[in-house]
Amino acid sequence: MGMTMTQKILAEHAHVAEVKAGQLIEVDLDMVLGNDITSPVAIKEFEKYGFEQVFDPGRVTMVMDHFAPNKDIKAAQQCKACRTFAYAKNIKHFYDVGEMGIEHALLPEKGIVGPGECIIGADSHTCTYGALNAFSTGVGSTDMAAGMATGKCWFKIPEAIKFDLRGKLAPNVSGKDVILHIIGMIGVDGALYKSMEFSGVGLRNLTMDDRLAMANMAIEAGAKNGIFAYDEITEAYVKERVHRPYKTYEADSDADYANVYHIDLSAIKPTIAFPHLPENTKTMEDIKENIVIDQVVIGSCTNGRLSDMETAAKILKGKHVAKGVRTIIIPATQAIYKECMKRGYMEIFIDAGCVVSTPTCGPCLGGYMGILAEGERCVATTNRNFVGRMGHVESEVYLASPATAAASAIAGHIAVWEGE
Amino acid sequence: METKGYAHKYGDNVDTDVIIPARYLNTSDPKELAEKCMCDIDADFVNKVKANDIMVAGFNFGCGSSREHAPIAIKASGISCVIAKSFARIFYRNAINIGLPILECPKASERIDTADEIEINFDTGEIINHTKGESYQAEPFPAFIQNIMKHNGLMNAIKEGKE
Ligand code: SF4
Repeated sequence: MGMTMTQKILAEHAHVAEVKAGQLIEVDLDMVLGNDITSPVAIKEFEKYGFEQVFDPGRVTMVMDHFAPNKDIKAAQQCKACRTFAYAKNIKHFYDVGEMGIEHALLPEKGIVGPGECIIGADSHTCTYGALNAFSTGVGSTDMAAGMATGKCWFKIPEAIKFDLRGKLAPNVSGKDVILHIIGMIGVDGALYKSMEFSGVGLRNLTMDDRLAMANMAIEAGAKNGIFAYDEITEAYVKERVHRPYKTYEADSDADYANVYHIDLSAIKPTIAFPHLPENTKTMEDIKENIVIDQVVIGSCTNGRLSDMETAAKILKGKHVAKGVRTIIIPATQAIYKECMKRGYMEIFIDAGCVVSTPTCGPCLGGYMGILAEGERCVATTNRNFVGRMGHVESEVYLASPATAAASAIAGHIAVWEGE
Repeated sequence: METKGYAHKYGDNVDTDVIIPARYLNTSDPKELAEKCMCDIDADFVNKVKANDIMVAGFNFGCGSSREHAPIAIKASGISCVIAKSFARIFYRNAINIGLPILECPKASERIDTADEIEINFDTGEIINHTKGESYQAEPFPAFIQNIMKHNGLMNAIKEGKE
């Protein structure tokens, strides 16, 4: 029986020729990641059990992004704990205010993760790097502590669902709409414990930013990981970033899949996930009433990348957001922020009545920088719309693409961009 | 390993944001976390829960963020086992890694109501409902998970495995 992409990467990192779904294995890790929320817990564990040094200071990454620049005294304490540990252990990839970005935008951008690698991160959206043909998955702080101590992690070999893509997206549709469409179709536990493997001729019509946004939300379907086949687009992206040898993986032709979905990208419409689950998806035809909004957030590890900023700038240029819609734009990394300045997006955003923030997770997890009051509604390019995710338990988050978010900011209610 | 306590029942897709909201994540102290456990869906939970009680839920328990604060908050609140129809995978890992027993058992999840008195034998996977006079069978832990549980968590298991 053949193996899936995920199974092949795991087999290689477990130093065995073959693995089967359900098998328990221990793998060698290429990278262990944590942030300012999860690392302090891992550090405590690491120290409590008397470990002295991490398995490899070049293979641990810590990013201060969730509550940084420090939201309050407790956040400051947590970042300090990370900083102290990172300096003491000579952690090579420690990113603090001034050089940090949202972790899942930062690691691919800096080439810290690459194709064929095996990565764990104490953050559920670590699955993002599957876009690069890597196996990467979110774990908890104890896994992070054990990973830092030993460079290893235990896994149950997952089954996989294959998404065979064909066709080309409409101009107002992006990777975000595709993944929302898929989650709407299979549900928030539709891929529970499984891999989501994306391949097919349609891949060539998906940019790296589209793929990163899609792999990012694999966890919202319950998946262990999402992974894309390697092609010229992957190669072009990693060529300038990953300066070490890497190996790419494709699924065997006789690999076993729990399910295969054939998806025509040209049939997908702008898709919006209504409160309070990412699976509550609708397209404009399903939305009968005007859904008036109070806030728009364009950013996060799903859609804070340069092409997302470009889309927002294109739509907001020369326009103004509706009165009463607080529009918060958060480029995901310093490099993206700088490029937005160079290209004149900042001016477009500010003239349109938006605010632009330094990179941070901020409002995405209801941390700070845009918390919702009771009864308020927000259209966000983030990835979760659970109860209370962005603030008050009676507030509502609608998940959408950057194009839909920008169009909604201008309209003052949920609206899709109709194209140029 | 065994436990006995009263059930607290919830529905499907109980996510980690309601188990412990992000606004309380600026600490990792188990006691502080336990004080806010489940506050967004069951404000009274922290007052009702007693040591060794059991949490029961439907599908996809613990979905959402990878925060280990969620199983830590549940464990620190006194809960001795979570029974659900299914668990989100990161929550599943986290619970095992910190030594919070969890069992997948759709039948138990359907039949058990809040305040039922429940007894669990982790070695056999048997769940006894004393209030209803029924019992349900869950899959017992595989050997490697038993080893982690025996050591009260992954870190101990690694540490002791090494020495
Ligand atoms: S942007 Fe949101 S989803 Fe992404 S890492 Fe930050 S908090 Fe998590």
